[in-house]
This record gives sequence, C-alpha cells and structure tokens, in this order.
Amino acid sequence: MPGDNSVGSPPTPRSPTARLRHRRRSAEALPDVSKANGGDLLVNDRNKYRSMLVRAYSSVWMIGGFALIIYLGHLCITAMVVVIQIFMAKELFNLLRKAHEDKHLPGFRILNWHFFFTAMLFVYGRILSQRLVNTVTSDKVLYKLVSSLIKYHMVVCYFLYIAGFMWFILTLKKKMYKYQFGQYAWTHMILITVFTQSSFFVANIFEGIFWFLLPASLIVINDIAAYICGFFFGKTPLIKISPKKTWEGFIGASVITIISAFLLANIMGRFQWLTCPRGDLSTGWLDCDPGPLFKPEYYTFPEWLPHWFPWKGISILPVQWHALCLGLFSSIIAPFGGFFASGFKRAFKVKDFGDSIPGHGGITDRMDCQMVMAIFAYIYHQSFIVPQSLSVDMIIDQILMNLTLEQQQILFEKLKQVLQDRLVG
Amino acid sequence: MPGDNSVGSPPNPRSPIARLRHRRRSAEAVPDDSKTNGGNLLVNDRNKYRSMLVRAYSSIWMIGGFALSIYLGHLCITAMVVVIQIFMAKELFNLLRKAHEDKHLPGFRNLNWHFFFTAMLFVYGRILSQRLVNTVTSDKVLYQLVSSLIKYHMVVCYFLYIAGFMWFILTLKKKMYKYQFGQYAWTHMILFIVFTQSSFFVANIFEGIFWFLLPASLIVINDIAAYIWGFFFGKTPLIKISPKKTWEGFIGASITTIISAFLLANIMGRFKWLTCPRGDLSTGWLDCDPGPLFKPEYYTFPEWLPQWFPWKGISILPVQWHSLCLGLFASIIAPFGGFFASGFKRAFKVKDFGDSIPGHGGITDRMDCQMVMAIFAYIYHQSFIVPQSLSVDMIIDQILMNLTLEQQQILFEKLKQVLQDRLVG
Repeated sequence: MPGDNSVGSPPTPRSPTARLRHRRRSAEALPDVSKANGGDLLVNDRNKYRSMLVRAYSSVWMIGGFALIIYLGHLCITAMVVVIQIFMAKELFNLLRKAHEDKHLPGFRILNWHFFFTAMLFVYGRILSQRLVNTVTSDKVLYKLVSSLIKYHMVVCYFLYIAGFMWFILTLKKKMYKYQFGQYAWTHMILITVFTQSSFFVANIFEGIFWFLLPASLIVINDIAAYICGFFFGKTPLIKISPKKTWEGFIGASVITIISAFLLANIMGRFQWLTCPRGDLSTGWLDCDPGPLFKPEYYTFPEWLPHWFPWKGISILPVQWHALCLGLFSSIIAPFGGFFASGFKRAFKVKDFGDSIPGHGGITDRMDCQMVMAIFAYIYHQSFIVPQSLSVDMIIDQILMNLTLEQQQILFEKLKQVLQDRLVG
Repeated sequence: MPGDNSVGSPPNPRSPIARLRHRRRSAEAVPDDSKTNGGNLLVNDRNKYRSMLVRAYSSIWMIGGFALSIYLGHLCITAMVVVIQIFMAKELFNLLRKAHEDKHLPGFRNLNWHFFFTAMLFVYGRILSQRLVNTVTSDKVLYQLVSSLIKYHMVVCYFLYIAGFMWFILTLKKKMYKYQFGQYAWTHMILFIVFTQSSFFVANIFEGIFWFLLPASLIVINDIAAYIWGFFFGKTPLIKISPKKTWEGFIGASITTIISAFLLANIMGRFKWLTCPRGDLSTGWLDCDPGPLFKPEYYTFPEWLPQWFPWKGISILPVQWHSLCLGLFASIIAPFGGFFASGFKRAFKVKDFGDSIPGHGGITDRMDCQMVMAIFAYIYHQSFIVPQSLSVDMIIDQILMNLTLEQQQILFEKLKQVLQDRLVG
C-alpha cells in the first residue's frame, strides 16, 4: 500500500529505513509525525527515493501486464484473476501454518487444496455455466454433455466438499484437535475471502470489461494518488493501524479519484471492446449495441461563459454519473480493506503477506482494497445498471436454454393468457 | 447425541457417571470397552436409566413441539427455525468469548448481533422475496413498495455489512488486535454455519413441508435408533472422537433409518398439507396437484407367493425411492456432523455448547447433524426433484415480476417469432 512502504518493503539495502522501521515498531503508540513529515525531509533521505523507484518499477510492470491482458480479452482476464487467486490462496494458507505441527499431520496441506479446487469448481461453474452452454450450442452431443454436467454441478461440488469434510474428521489426531480446527476455520475464511471477490470480478468481466476495468483502475489511481499526495504533503496521521497514512493523502486521493472516475468513464465508454457483454466463451471481436448508458448526451454551456472559452458544450455519457458513485466508494470506503489487512498483519505480527512483488509485498497486499471494491461494483451493477438494460433478451435466453419445445409452447400459451387478462383487467 | 450422554449431560445427581466421565477424560486413548459394554452392566447402574429417562422426557417435549409447529404450517415452522437459529448463534457467540478481554471492548458484542441481523435480512430476503411479492399482489401501493424494497435488497444488505466492517476497523484497540480478529473470524464462521443450514431448511419448507419434515425426522430417528441399539448391543467403539459411539449402534441405526425412510415417505406423501408447495406467505389450507412423485403406483406381487399372504400387491409412491437416498445419507454421512461437533468440543475443552435442554446439552448439540442433512436435502431437491416439476411457472413468475407490461409484450412477440422459426426449421 502506498504510504505504507516502510512496513511493506523487503529487507534490501535500505538500512536507515530498516532501523526506522524497527524503532517505529516498538513505539507503536507515537503518532508517526516525523515520518509522515517525510515530504520536508526528502532531500535528506536518498533511500526514500530509491524505495519509491523500486515501487514505481514494479507498478509499471504490473500496469503494463494488466493493459496487455485487457487487450487480449475476457478469457485472458479471467485467467489472470484465477492465477492471482491461486497465489493469494497460497500466501494466505502458508501464513498461519506452524511448521512444527505440520510434521505430525501428513497430507493436511492437501486438504486445503482440495477445498480450494472444490470452491473453484463451484464458483466458476455457476458463473460460466450459462456461457459455456452458449459456446457449444452448435454441437448437439457436446451440448447434451455440457447441459447434464451443469444440471448436476451443485451435487458434484457438494459431494466433493463432504468428502473433504469427512477426510478432515477422519484425520483428527489427539492433542492436535485445536490446531486442526483452527486450520480448518482459517481455510474456510481464506476461501470465502478469496473466492467471493474473484467471483464478483469474473461476473463483472462478462457483463463488459468496462465494469471490471473501471473499478480496478479507480483503486489503483486511489492508491497511487494517496502515495504521491502523502509523499509531498503528508502531515496529519489518519488512523493508528496504518501510521503511514495521512489525512492529506486521503483527501487529495479522494478528489483525484472522483475526477478521474468521471473522465475515465468517458474515455473507456467509447470502446465497444470494453462496453459490450460477452455471451459465450469465444475470443473474437465484439460488436453490439452498447445500450443507452453509453450513448453520449450533449450539454451546451450556459450563456454567461466568456467568449474565449474554447468548448461550447460537453458531451457526457450517462454512465459517467454512475462512475462518480464508484469513485466515491473507492476513495472513501475501499481503503478500509487496506486498514483491515494492516490490522491483521499487526495482530499476527506478520510484516507482509508474501514477497512476490518487490517494493509492495505479496499479492494479497495489492489486492486488499480491490476485494472490497469488486463486491461493491458487482452489487452496484446488479442493482442500478442491469435493470435499465435488456432483461427481455435475458429471459428469452433462459426460455430457450432451460425448456423443451413443448414447455416453451406451454409457456407461450400461458403468457398469452396472462397478458390478455392484464390488458382487460 | 445419543450414545454420547456422558459427555453431554449436565452435572446432576449422577455422581458415579460424573466420576466415570472424569476418568475417561484423562484416559482418552483407551478404547472405552467397559462403558460401551454398558448394555451388559445396565442392571447394576440405576443412574443410567435415570439419565435415559431425562433424555427421553426432553425428547418427547421437543418432538411434541415440533409436531405442533408442523400442524400450524409453513410460517410457524419458519419462525421455529429462526428462533432455533437465534439460540444457536447466542450459544456459539458466547462459547469462545473471553470475559477478561471483553471488559476492554465495550460494544463489541453488539457488532456480533449487527452482523447477525444483516445476515438474517440477506438470507430471508432472498428466499422469501418472491413469496412476499405474491402475498401483496392484490394491493397496488404495497406491491410497488415491496417490489422496490426487493430490488435494492442486495445494496441495503451490503451497506449494512460494510458499516459493520468499518465499525470493526475503527474500534480496533492496540494490544487486542489478535483477540478482535479472532472474534471477527469466529463471528463469520458462526453466521456462515448457522445461516447456511437454516436458509436451506426454510427454502425446503416452502417447496413443501415434506422436504423439511422427512430429512429432519430421519436424523431424529437415526439419533434415537443409534442410542437404543448402542444401549442394548453396543460393544465395538466406532471412532476415537466420540468414544460412546459403537459400530453396532451405527449399523443398527442405518438399517432402521433406511427402512423408516421408505415407510415414512409413504405415510407423509398422502397429506396435501405436507406435499404442496406454498407460493406466498398465507396461512390457509393448501390445495394443489401434488405432481407425479406423489401419485401411488401399484405393484402386484409375483405368483410364487403362498396363498395365505394377505397383501396381493403394494402401492408405492415414486418419492419413496428418493427418500431411500435421503435415508442412506442420513445414516452414513450426517453423523459426521456430530463427530465434527464432538471434535470441536474436545479441541476447545468445552463440555457442551450450552445447557438449554436437560439431558442433551445446548441447541447446537441437537442441530449438529441436522445442519449437514439440511444442505444435502436442499441440493438433492434442486438437482433431482425440481427439474421434474414445473419450470414453466417459475419463468412465468420471473416474467411477471421483473418486466413492465410493454417489456412483457415485446417478450411475447419475440417468443412467438422464435417458436415459429423452430417449428419451421
């Protein structure tokens, strides 16, 4: 997390910072005014610039990789989310494991991955099942196979889970009950945390990359803006859990995030690649009617503006107003995900969740705010965006998908009856 | 859990058993031959009969109350499930609380109940929303109100949860981080366990009381049969976690449960009160076409049976074959819920989850196997029963609920077009 770099950096040649870090650890209660005042002392601290350089280098690579994947499309983004998920789960599984106890429990780690596999099958089966069926409608045999797999999907996942549950109970060893139950609960919490957020990510991706890219970008912008504002102007500490965070950074980042939300939505909304939903698992180019949200509306400026003002009017996509809400949430509430992760690390006396990313820590360190945002973006989309779009086609798809020909005809007759009743009465 | 009465009984005047219990605790590894041989030593132990009497007395009251709520109907059963849920959550919340730390954290318990309320709103909102709408279709104003409440239901629940999340972070106190995070995780696990199983119960109730009553009865029958078989024939211990359980009890109970499943389904399937689904939240009498599963099929016995055999044939409801599967699950896999609870109590050195029910312990002690069964019953119903029933009505409900009149007409036209194409091509 930017602004938190002293807690997050791996122990590379930055000994003054390391000593500062240790001193700060033992004096947790003191508001970290001197460090937050780093802006004034920057010229004296060359290592601060070096750490910023390392972080910037990693950030550039991450953002570059991210942009490439966006270009490659929906399936590629889903694959990226799955890979991130696997690494997050691995970091978190390892975090509270005690090597001593694990010696007496062979095969216990495999149980974690069994539950992980079951959760993955369950979550992605639910989200992608409809689109998988749409992909194979051309082939009769494959269609039947896939349809029956999907029909029994919940049963299969349930029995996999029960098998893991029974395995857990049969491997309970005397004197290790507490450790094993603790690990079991920890596994469940990790899987809930990791899979909830990634499943909401993937659900949003197939609604249109826009609804994945905009929230994720806003969190990145908020992080970077908070770091920069805190770097130059930071003075007043924000919250005790994260002593490096400052009110100046927080407020500056909020302003920047909300403005960028408004502008970014305009830029992103022009590309059909980003705004069109993907109905199946194909990878080709997309062409669709984006819907009323992405059609620009032109507002002329009022008369009292001076003549030399170059723009006579402004075209705004209606989706930009929604983007303001997303920006507001990502600047005010999403940072609490970061506070939660910080508090968690302090509670369990862990410096970082991992060390995959130089300068930032582990993958979970990067994803902590994204998790809160992903869920909000999905719920916002489902509650405020979808009801304004085409539900008729959705239901037609359902009818064609789930009913046989006779059932469709029965439905047709019933619907005719219902509509006639409604028109009359 | 029957057969486990030494671990579960409150300390009443049964001192020989209390002493036996203490002796067994310190010698956990020794297979409990002498106690499981209790069948042979019963005549010497009058207190064993007294404990069985206490248990039987509580059981009769519980079963009586249960039967009364079945008679009173769906809403009453739902209310009973909700009350049981509240008591379970209360027991479990109190279980791992440490009074010492809680003094320093005023208002921390309120957080638990805040999350509980949010979970209740979310789960029951989802399950009952369709039926709530159906109840108020007669009144236009109320219908609009309820429909809009339901539309924004997910957003409301999400913001309630986020409010609790932010409250948690803002009340993190230094030096208590680990305790607070532990309590937070514990709260989530409890709510997850309690609400998953009760929501599946309630979902099943509205599909038809049969699908709630049969699984719950099978678990009760399995428990009682295992206790009785273990009481009289128990010799070989079953599993180390629950030393009172025996193989004889387990196998005898399995046979008893499967046979009862077959017979009970026949008896229960004759009552429309039990087999009809409830479409709204009314409380009146139900009348419906129960569907093909509950229509008796008559099988005549083959010729080689002797003349004096009174029954010439037997009528079997097709649902009885499904109930065999439910019985198999209830006897073989559901007891693992009990083993899990036993192991958990040993791990955290707790004798019982509570002491509400004399002779049995707390409510969680009674519900541990029910939880595993409730989820299975729901998934079984959704995967194997529902596809054979009316999906057409489900989609009609969706159409009426989610689309405006013009959208419904557009749908109608599109469907007509699609059906004509299909009939032609």
